[in-house]
This record gives sequence, C-alpha cells and structure tokens, in this order.
Amino acid sequence: MSLRQSLLAAATVTMLGFTVAPASAQTLRYANQGDLKSLDPYTLNESTTHAHLGQVYEGLIARDKDLKIIPGLAERWETPEPTRWRFHLRKGVKFQNGDPFTADDVVFSADRARAKGSNVQARVAADVKVVKVDDNTVDFILTSPNPILHYQWDTWYIMDKKWAEANNATAPTPAAATTPSFASLNANGTGAFTVESHQPGVKTVFKANPNWWRKPEHNLKEIVFTPIGSDATRVAALLSGEVDIMEPVPTQDIGRVDSTPTTQVMKGPELRTIFLGMDQARDELLYSNIKGKNPFKDIKVREAFFKAIDIELIKTRVMRGLSTPSALMIAPQLFPLSKDFTRPKFDPDGAKKLLTEAGYPDGFQVTMDCPNDRYVNDAAICQAVVGMLARIGVKVDLLAQPKAQYFAKILKPGGYQSSFYLLGWTPGTSDSHNVLYDIMGCRDDPKSSRGEANVSGYCNKKMDEITDKVLVEPDPAKRDQLIKEAFEIAAKDYAYIPLHQQALAWGVSKKLKVVQRADNQVLPYWMVKEP
Amino acid sequence: MLAFTLRRAIQAIGVMLAVGIISFSMFRFAGDPVNQIVSLDTSAAEREAVRKSLGLDDPVVMQFARYFGNAAQFKFGVSYQFRQPVSSLLAERMPATLELAICATIFAMVFGILMGVYSALKRDSALAKIFQAVSLIGISLPTFLIGILLIYLFSVTLGWLPSFGRGDVVRVGWWTTGLLTLSGLKALILPSITLGLFQLTLIMRLVRAEMLEVLRTDYIRFARARGLTTRAIHFGHALKNTLVPVITVAGLQFGSVIAFAIITETVFQWPGMGLLFVQAVQNVDIPIMAAYLLMVSLIFVTINLVVDILYTVVDPRLRSTIRRPA
Amino acid sequence: MSDAVVPHRAEPSAAPARAGTGWFRRALDSDIFYSFRRSKLTMVAATVTLLFFLLAIFASVLSVQNPFDPAQLQLMNSRISPLWTADGQSPFLLGTDEQGRDVFSAILYGLRISLVVGVLGVVFAGTLGITLGLIAGYVGGAVDGLIMRIADVQLTFPAILIALLVNGVAKSVFGNRLDAMSTLVVLVIAIGLSFWVQYARTVRGSVMVEKNKDYVAAAQLIGLPAPIIMLRHVLPNTMGPILVIATINLALAVITEATLSFLGAGMPDTMPSLGTLIRIGNNYLFAGEWWIVAFPGFALAGLILSINLLGDWLRDALNPKLR
Repeated sequence: MSLRQSLLAAATVTMLGFTVAPASAQTLRYANQGDLKSLDPYTLNESTTHAHLGQVYEGLIARDKDLKIIPGLAERWETPEPTRWRFHLRKGVKFQNGDPFTADDVVFSADRARAKGSNVQARVAADVKVVKVDDNTVDFILTSPNPILHYQWDTWYIMDKKWAEANNATAPTPAAATTPSFASLNANGTGAFTVESHQPGVKTVFKANPNWWRKPEHNLKEIVFTPIGSDATRVAALLSGEVDIMEPVPTQDIGRVDSTPTTQVMKGPELRTIFLGMDQARDELLYSNIKGKNPFKDIKVREAFFKAIDIELIKTRVMRGLSTPSALMIAPQLFPLSKDFTRPKFDPDGAKKLLTEAGYPDGFQVTMDCPNDRYVNDAAICQAVVGMLARIGVKVDLLAQPKAQYFAKILKPGGYQSSFYLLGWTPGTSDSHNVLYDIMGCRDDPKSSRGEANVSGYCNKKMDEITDKVLVEPDPAKRDQLIKEAFEIAAKDYAYIPLHQQALAWGVSKKLKVVQRADNQVLPYWMVKEP
Repeated sequence: MLAFTLRRAIQAIGVMLAVGIISFSMFRFAGDPVNQIVSLDTSAAEREAVRKSLGLDDPVVMQFARYFGNAAQFKFGVSYQFRQPVSSLLAERMPATLELAICATIFAMVFGILMGVYSALKRDSALAKIFQAVSLIGISLPTFLIGILLIYLFSVTLGWLPSFGRGDVVRVGWWTTGLLTLSGLKALILPSITLGLFQLTLIMRLVRAEMLEVLRTDYIRFARARGLTTRAIHFGHALKNTLVPVITVAGLQFGSVIAFAIITETVFQWPGMGLLFVQAVQNVDIPIMAAYLLMVSLIFVTINLVVDILYTVVDPRLRSTIRRPA
Repeated sequence: MSDAVVPHRAEPSAAPARAGTGWFRRALDSDIFYSFRRSKLTMVAATVTLLFFLLAIFASVLSVQNPFDPAQLQLMNSRISPLWTADGQSPFLLGTDEQGRDVFSAILYGLRISLVVGVLGVVFAGTLGITLGLIAGYVGGAVDGLIMRIADVQLTFPAILIALLVNGVAKSVFGNRLDAMSTLVVLVIAIGLSFWVQYARTVRGSVMVEKNKDYVAAAQLIGLPAPIIMLRHVLPNTMGPILVIATINLALAVITEATLSFLGAGMPDTMPSLGTLIRIGNNYLFAGEWWIVAFPGFALAGLILSINLLGDWLRDALNPKLR
C-alpha cells in the first residue's frame, strides 16, 4: 500500500462518511520465514498457508484455542447412521463480496477440493457423496464408517460457488499451474479478514471484515504480512520494532528476544515429530562399506543406534531446551496413551556391545541424509548424531542439503535413495492412523498408497493388520488400544528412532496478546494489540 | 563502424544462446521441481501427472527448444511457486533491484570520487590513510557480514534505520519507487551502502591512481608552469581526465552490481529480482531461475555492447583496433 | 560479493601499459627489496600472510582437536566462551561453537581449506589462462579469435555467477552424492574457471609483443620447438604482472568461496572453511555468542587484508611509472 494509495483511500472514506474501524483499531505487522504462495486454499496442503488463508476463509468446523473441534460454518452436525453425516449450516452468513453462504457452496467446495490439481483431496475422499438436503443442510454419505471424517475440515475452506463461476475459478489451482489463476491471486471467503493486496513473496495486506458473522476478538484493522527468509533479518526486524510478531525464532536467539524489554518469545510444544530412519528394505545398503548384506536388517544394529543417541544432550545443547524427547512417532497431544511409552535409556556401552554381537565390533560406515533448512536446527541435530555414533565406532558421512535436493533424493520419486536419514512428520489428520499407514506401513504393494512416506522400508504385516482395524474402529477407547498395540510393535522392532517434538517459538512484541496453538498456526483473529 | 557494431551484436546473441543452454541444462537437473509442488503424501500417480503437465518427461532437446523459443518472446512460463507469469514477476521486482543498484552506484561514485581525489592530493595525510584502510577493509569482509553488522548497529542497537524491505512505495505507472517516501528513502540507506561499498573502494582506488598518474604528466606540469591555480589544475584538468575511466568502470560494473544484489537483497529482504532468484533456487523454481539468468545476461550484454559502441564513437583510435583495453 | 569482479576491470588503462616490458628481471632487481623494506605495512602484511600459511600447514599440530572428526567433538563442550571470559574453559582458547568444535582449531583447519581452495583455484586459473594466452598470442589467427571471444563472453559475467553455475552443473552431474572432498574440487574448478581470463589476456598481450623480438626469431632459427620457446623464453617475461594478478586473485578466491558458502554452495558444515564458519557463526551473533563468528571473521579479514596489501605493493613496486 503506497502512501498515495492510503491517502486516496483515506480521502474516499472521509468523503463517503464511512468509519471503517474503531479508533483503537491497530495494524498488525507479521513476518514469517515462509511465503504465502497462493491464495487458492486448495493449492497447498501446508500449515502456514492454511493459517494465512484461515484469516479469509473458514471451514464447516473450526478448532478452538486448544485445538478442540467447535462449530464453524456448520452450526451442528450429527451421524444418523455410521455412514451418513448431516451438517446444519449457519444461516445469514455472507461471503466478503456479499454473496450468501448456502449448501450449494459446500457441495461446490467438496467437488473443487477433490478435483484434479487440488492438493487437499484427502479432506473429502473421492467415494464420499455430498448431497444438498436443503439450503442449510448437507449430507455426506460414506461407503465405510469414518469416525474422523471431519478432523481436518477446519482447513477445508468453503469457497463461494457464484464467485468462482463468475471468475472462471471453478477448478482448483494446481500447485504446478502453467497458467495463472484468478483464485490464486484473489480471495473471497467468509472469514475475519479480506485480502486487500497480495504480492507473492513480497507483501500481503489483509483488512478487517466488518461483516464477519462472529464477534471479533481481535482489535485489528489491518494485517501486513511480509515473508522474511533470513533468520538474522527476521530477528532484527522484531528487535527493532518493525514487526509485531514473527515466526519462527531461531533457538539461539530466544534469549536475546526474551531479554529485550519490548519483545518476548512464546514457546509451546509442536506436533511434528523428528525422527531417524534406517533403510531396512534393501539387501545391501546404497551408501555403506558393508557389502553383500544390510546391517540395518539386524534388529540389534537398530537398537544399538537408538541407544547410542543421547537425546537429553541434544535437547539441552542443540535445541537449548526447546524440544520434548519422544518415545513415539507421534506427539503426545495426539495420542492419549503416549504416557505408557518410554524411550530406551541412553547406553553407549550397551550399544557398542550390541554392535559387537551383531558382528560389527569395529562398527561400519554409512552415509546419512539430512535437510539443512527444513526443521529447527536439523543439520545441527544430524551433526550431533554423527558425533554420538562415532563414539560407538560407526563412521557416518553426513550429507546435509537444502530441502529441495534432500526430498528429491530420499522420497518416493527419488526411489527412497537413503541408507540413514532424518525426517519430520506431522500427521495431517492429527491422528495416529496417518503415522501407522504412511510411514510405518509396508510399501511392498506398488498400487497401494500404504507406506508412501516410509523411506526406511520398514515392514511388519501384523502392524498393517492392526492399522486397518484402527481405521474402521468407531469406539475411541478400543481404537486407542489398537494404536497402542501397533506402536508397541514398532518399539520392539526399533523400526524408527524418534527423537523429539520440536518446540514452537514465536517472537512477539509485548504490545500484542496472542493465542498460540500447538499446530503452529499464527492466527491474528485472536490477537489484541495495544496502541 | 557498421561492421563492428554488427559483429558485436552477433557476438551478443551468441553469448545469450550460450547462457540459455547453460542455464537450461543446469536448472533442468538441479533438484526435482515436482517435489516442491506436491506435498509429502501425494501419490506416485499424481506426481507423474504433475511431471507430465510440466513437460518434464519430454526429451531434453525438445524441452530446450520449447524453452528457448518462448524465452525469445519474453515468455518464461509460469513460476511453480507463485503461479504467475515469470515475466510479470520479474517486471514487478525489477524496479526494486534497479533502484537499489542505482542508489548503490551513486553512493559509490560520489564518495569514491571524493575520497579518491582527497587521498591523491593529500597522499600522506592521516585521513587519506584512513580512507585507504576503510577501502581495504571494505573489500576484505564478505558482503553478507557487512550487511548483518550494519543491521546490528543501525537497526537493532541504535534503532535509526529499518532492517528489511523497501518501506512504503509509490506506484508511478508500472514502476514502483521508494524514493518518494521517507520510509522508502530510509530503507534504501543500509542496502545501498552494503551493495555500494565494494564499488566505492574500486572507484576510490581508481581515481587515486589515475589522479596520481595524470598529475605527473607533462601537460599538468605545463599548466603549473603557466601559473594556473592549484584548484584549477586539480579539478579542471586532472579530475576531468580521470572521470572518463571512472564512468566507464562504473558503467561496466553496473551489471555486476545487479548480479551481486542477490546477496544484499537476501540479507535485507529487499523485494527485488535477486531475492526472487534466491527464493527460486531454494524452491527449485526453474522458470524463475532460468529467466533471471537470461535477464541478467541480457543486461550485461547490453551494457557491454553500448560501452563498446560508445568507445568507438568517443575514441576514434579504437575504431581500427576494435578491442577496448582490458 | 562484488569483490569477485575487480581484477577484470579494476584498472582499464593500466594493464596494457604494463604488459610486455622486462618484468621478471626487473622484479628480481634490488629495487623490489628496497621498496619492500621501505614499506613497514608491507612487511607486516607479508609476515601476517606467512603466518597464516604456517598456521594452515601446521594446523594439526597446533590445534587441540581435529574439528573435522565428529568423534572428537563433545556436545557437552558446546558454546563455551573464550578462555579469558568468565565462563571460559581450558583448552578452548577462543571458545567453542554449537557442536563443541574448538573455534581456534576450526579456524586453523578452516584456514587450511580456504587456502587450499584459494591457492588451487588460482593455480588452476593461472595454468588455464597462461596456456590459453600463450597459445592465442603465439598461434594467432582463428585460434586467437576463438579463445579471445570465449574470454569476452566469460568477462560479461561476474565470477560469483560463474562459480554458482559451475557448482550447479557439478551438482547435476554428480547428483546428490557430492562428498566434502569432491565439493572442494568443484569449488576449485568453479573459482578457477571464473578467473582465468585475466591471465590469458595479459599473457597474450606480452606474447604478441615478445614474439616479434629478435631473440624469439633466433630461437626459431636454431629450431627450438614452439612450446619450448614459449615456456622458456616468452613466459618468464610475463611473470611480473601474473604474480600481481595471482596475489589479488588469491584474496578474491578466498572471499568467493566464503560467499558461495553463504549462498549454500560452499563447503559442508562438517568440514567448514573460514567462509562456512562465518556463515554458521553469523546465526549466533544476536544470541551474544559472538566468538563463533568474530574470530573466523577476523581471521578471514586479516588474511585477505594482508594478501591485498601484498598485492597492492607488488603492483606498485613492479610498475615503473609509480616508482
């Protein structure tokens, strides 16, 4: 927004006699490491993007400050039968361009989200029938029961059918669009803010929506969002008061931000689990000096690796206290029985002994793949792991790369080319099934999507059986028991080496009151800024 | 003259073609763009579809032909990340980079000439020694470190100047400028110094050396003998003579300034082409990377061509020899 | 880093004037030593440069740990401040970084990497440039035209972009399997390829002048083969300016490596050069852990400063017009 533009805007406002916002309304200046790439809510299934677009768009459900499911655009819902869900839509809600919100928009959004090119196709499965009952009621008819159908619907944003049709935006903007699309540069939701201007990679300006159906808890008239990739610059911008909130704060700068009188760091646990994986699928490792066999196929070697890692030291030294060591491949917030699990004790001597028993008294050599710009201190964690393994005689060559190259190498399109790697995983459904299916499921059936992110190739058929039961079990207590059983198998197999859940760290001006949710969504509609 | 210009122009096209091949083949293989586009749990079939829709499964030769044909019409395709035509993204970012580069060059010229003249005339004064020292330190520290130190000092510690971005910009036609607002001007200071510091050093040393050389020549001695004032000699004759090479160097360096803005823009989050390029590299956004490289080479080649032609116009002696001094 | 461009256009008018006179013989003249002894600054610079080279050569003797060996790094010892501060601990003279790497040892080993990359890069650039320059100058004609056209093309690009390009091409050729040693080789090649033009132009200029002189004609007459004439008779006459270029290029090469590492194309964190150390340490500046970046920064600045001073002096000393 230029000076001239704002002057013009101010002049227009005065002439027309509008009052846009109360006198105390504030401008929020927000910086994030990542970009807001597309305004189309179906282009990217990524949490920062969801958070941004959650200012403009809303889902049928919403999640409150503790991530509990609350009504959103749907007032209430019920399941008359296990395979039929009925959603009653909120009446009198209007899109930002004035169009009324109706059942047609929900049906349209369901189709658009599932269409080719959408990145949020998993939100509404292809075999779900979406039926308009009347203007304010929609039925979802399933082929098999799914108790967690609506879990991710807080970020399945409802779009305006009329607006999309008028602007030739009925098809979702694919991430790989070769032509620009209207919906990726414009937005029209029902949410708390409207998009005033959007310059991808530079700046996005949001304005408070005066006609929002909820009573605003924020006092903002405007949000100015700037992506700042450089850590040092982002910290400097907060310290010098040029932004009110920024995310993430590099762990080493937390002390500095906290000790500055005008700023503080808001810390909290995050849901992402950082873990190490070992190639157990190949008969010979791609990158190792052991030929003719794969040491990681021996459970003792995996156990030795697990026990060689001093997770507490990584926590205090590398993460500066900002991590929660994890025994499981899922964050404790997402699985209530997590407390029944503990990590095997750090035991370098025991690890050395295990290696000797496995036939590697002098250790062996293996290459480790690691991203260096994806997770909090990822490369530093890998370096620490390399040092710890060196002490039990395993020589690890570290290959730390930017995420673009890293993912291209280790994931499915790259042919899972890794012998030993560090990865992070947040279950998109906020549920254990996703972990059991995507990263612990056997990947031996090329037609199935099971185990697609299972880079290690770990496979236990018993685990897969339980996983399938978990999906259809409607009783939460029984379901949790099944999940527990599956995680016990994984622990016994030393399938993976879970490290920790990294902590959230937001740098916040002391003028700003902020709600921090564990899914790391920065949500201005709960922020109050003092003048 | 015409033949010379023509030869230079053909050569320039050759350069552009070579750059095109290099940039295309490099970017064709650096990382997998498909991974950047889809999420972690996208199925293999969808990945294949994306790959196909991008034309990444065509023979490389075909991909290149298509790419170059489009590039010749300034069609660089659509950015994988932003889903906007790359040409419009570049056009949007170009004013920021050009403004920064111009300000940095002006900063370097003004201070470089002043410091250079001073240290040539007062060779042994303390200030001249300080200038020399500053210029040496200026080329002995990596740019990114200088930028961070400036931010640390002027933004964080003193709180005088902004640490990132362009401030408020005013749109004039398709051009956006930060020169018309206070915050825009303030935002220009630190990045311009960071980017211009090296050019300053260069110009200062050049001016100093040229001045020293000119002051030794016969015609200056002759002017002195004629009784002209020292001031007239220094500024009327000596400085005037040194300005031609200085302006030439500054002109030739302008292309490099734009290229090196990559680093400055990254440090200061300056929304120009360099930052766009760095973000593109991180996200393997091939269309942007390729277009940037072609754009920058085009700027280089144009500047070189213009300088070459100007040289022959200005200095008739060169018409026969063609090559300007290295 | 803008630095990388200097040599090409630093002094447009100076190079041709210098080329072609009997540099080397004059260089060995006592004039040089006289001017050397006259300039205290140069003596200091020479001493410091020598010191840096010695530190790099004897790094393994002088350091308390091998910072490239992960088994020797203790995470327990991470982020210790320098010895003279309140929290300092022996034997970590300049403190440790976030991996428990002794900063002093890391600087010595990093210096070694930086100098190896720099020196080899310069040697590579020099060899390539001199060879092509000799050929172009001696053979002339179409060969000369071709080589000089390539040089012109190359000159239109700043070294940093060329280095980035070479790096990118290497990455695409070797895939993702570039280990630390091959990264080093790639850096040398990248830097070498970005700096060869100057040598070629200088040598070519000299050769063009020298080859018409009587002694070359005499050598041809007694039937010496062309390569021998060029290497034994013509080349020594161009050594002066080449030495100047090489010195200044060394400083540029070291700084180019640092910049490449800032852009993520340099040495890996497990085998850091001075530039990589600065990039890593940069992240700890706001945290108050200044020693992680400050000392490598001082070392790099000191090294480049003294090499630059040497280069400056050498250029002036070898330029009769300035004497």
